[in-house]
Amino acid sequence: MSLQEPGIMTQPATLPETGEKKVTPILRVQHLNVHAGSNHILKDVNLEIPRNRITVLLGPSGCGKTTLLKCMNKLTDLYRELNVSGNIFIENDNILHTTTNIPGIRQKMGLLSQRPYPLPVSIYKNVAYGLKLKGVRDKRLIGFSVEKHLREVGLWEEVKNRLNAPATSLSIGQQQRLCLARGLAVKPSIILADEPTSALDPISSKIIEDLFKDMKKHYTIILVTHVLRQAMRLADHVIFMYDGEIIEQGSPEELFNNPQTDKLRAYLVDGN
Amino acid sequence: MQLKRLFIDKINGFWMITSLVTILCLPLIIGIGLYLKAEPLFGQQSFMSLVFSSQWAPSKGEFGFWPFIAGSLYVTLLSFLFTAPVCLLAAIYLTQFSSKQLIRIMHPVIDVLAGLPSVIYGVWGILIIVPFVSDFVAPFFGTTSSGYSILAGGIVLAVMCIPYILNMLIEVFNTVPSGLKEASLSMGATKWESVKHVVIRGNYPGIISAYGLGIAKAFGETIAVMMVVGNVVKVTANPLHAGYPLPALIANNYGEMLSIPMYDAALMFAAFLLLVIILAFNLIFRYLIHKTKRQ
Repeated sequence: MSLQEPGIMTQPATLPETGEKKVTPILRVQHLNVHAGSNHILKDVNLEIPRNRITVLLGPSGCGKTTLLKCMNKLTDLYRELNVSGNIFIENDNILHTTTNIPGIRQKMGLLSQRPYPLPVSIYKNVAYGLKLKGVRDKRLIGFSVEKHLREVGLWEEVKNRLNAPATSLSIGQQQRLCLARGLAVKPSIILADEPTSALDPISSKIIEDLFKDMKKHYTIILVTHVLRQAMRLADHVIFMYDGEIIEQGSPEELFNNPQTDKLRAYLVDGN
Repeated sequence: MQLKRLFIDKINGFWMITSLVTILCLPLIIGIGLYLKAEPLFGQQSFMSLVFSSQWAPSKGEFGFWPFIAGSLYVTLLSFLFTAPVCLLAAIYLTQFSSKQLIRIMHPVIDVLAGLPSVIYGVWGILIIVPFVSDFVAPFFGTTSSGYSILAGGIVLAVMCIPYILNMLIEVFNTVPSGLKEASLSMGATKWESVKHVVIRGNYPGIISAYGLGIAKAFGETIAVMMVVGNVVKVTANPLHAGYPLPALIANNYGEMLSIPMYDAALMFAAFLLLVIILAFNLIFRYLIHKTKRQ
């Protein structure tokens, strides 16, 4: 199953098992290296992301988690100084070497960033934006989709009477859920969440975390966080990174109860 | 000790308010001064006839300012049409698509353009634009022109406005957070779609302010326009004909304004009109900014 060469990682990437059936990976990263000038940001990263699970990328700030996430939906293209090499397969497409239909690749993944970035239009148009890009013109279909996705993130009841209000008039927690709804509207199969609760209050954070737990039935979630407790609450699969390298990966029980490396052991002690 | 601190606090508050009020009063004082100087004219001709009459014969006591107002508006409109799309596209390219080195090169270029005295633009207009209009543009449309024309004035003004509008647009577009662009791209937007929906739509108020600044600057510009526009008192719709903008009228004639009766009052009225039109532009742009901000 695993395509990784032996001996490259400190621990082979094993995916969690459900009953007898092994979960097939939806996304595979092989020998991914990112350089910015002489700075080696990601160092030979190899990993597999299990389908319909929450995979947590854990590690201290500045260890390359966000860069890894940006490689996955090719936002690294925006930064000319970054030199990316290796392979990233989604299903069986090698997206890193594709230059055609990049919007199509990005639509397979919804992005939730550290701070909510609602578009400078109304609440309704924010969620409708992705459909508009896809060329959907049917107003009834758009209206249906907007309601469905706002309900999916538990925002419908709060905003149904002011759908035409500017999205920036929402509270920051509501904005983050709006951004999630907006991402879901393009029907992604993977959610890339880059410390999505770091700017939120504890109640809003809990709402997002609960949403993630529900959403994994339909989506694969890749969550970047440096908050150990959040990782423990949510993770089905953990990847621990340090200084651009993957130090350990595996099930949360294995990693948190039986860390193999000093770096992870130190992180677990400090994080708690 | 405590009393002294409170006293200093009050005194400084007073000076700050005084400075502010002085600045706020300046346009009002200038406006009132110009109005009082122009007042003798109103005894002779009604305000409407002064503004909308095309009869200009100072020696006969006929002062119709419409040719000058129309000339000013025409030159300004032309310059705006030339400069607005070019600046918008250039600013978008510089802030969204180009490398950082290009921006570093462009900043001094823009500063030099902004710092050049307007007489240099005027000379450049006479040497390049005027012959270009008479030798290429006019024959192209099957007509003749001396080159000293409203079109030449519009082109020179457009070039002069570029640094102001471009600089402000760059500032405006640089405020768009990269996270917002990434959010749009990650939903499958192409780069241009992201620019259209996030960079342009989100910044209507800023774009309007930049254009407002450019238009106000263009409307008041004197020397360079005066050198290429022909200075013929006549109302025309043909941009290849000569025109005579308001600032040029004042600059060309203030030396002899005391030699003809009422001429001084007429020139003061021209200055007053300039002030009022610039104020009107400002109010219109303020309203547009306010309206786009609410959306």
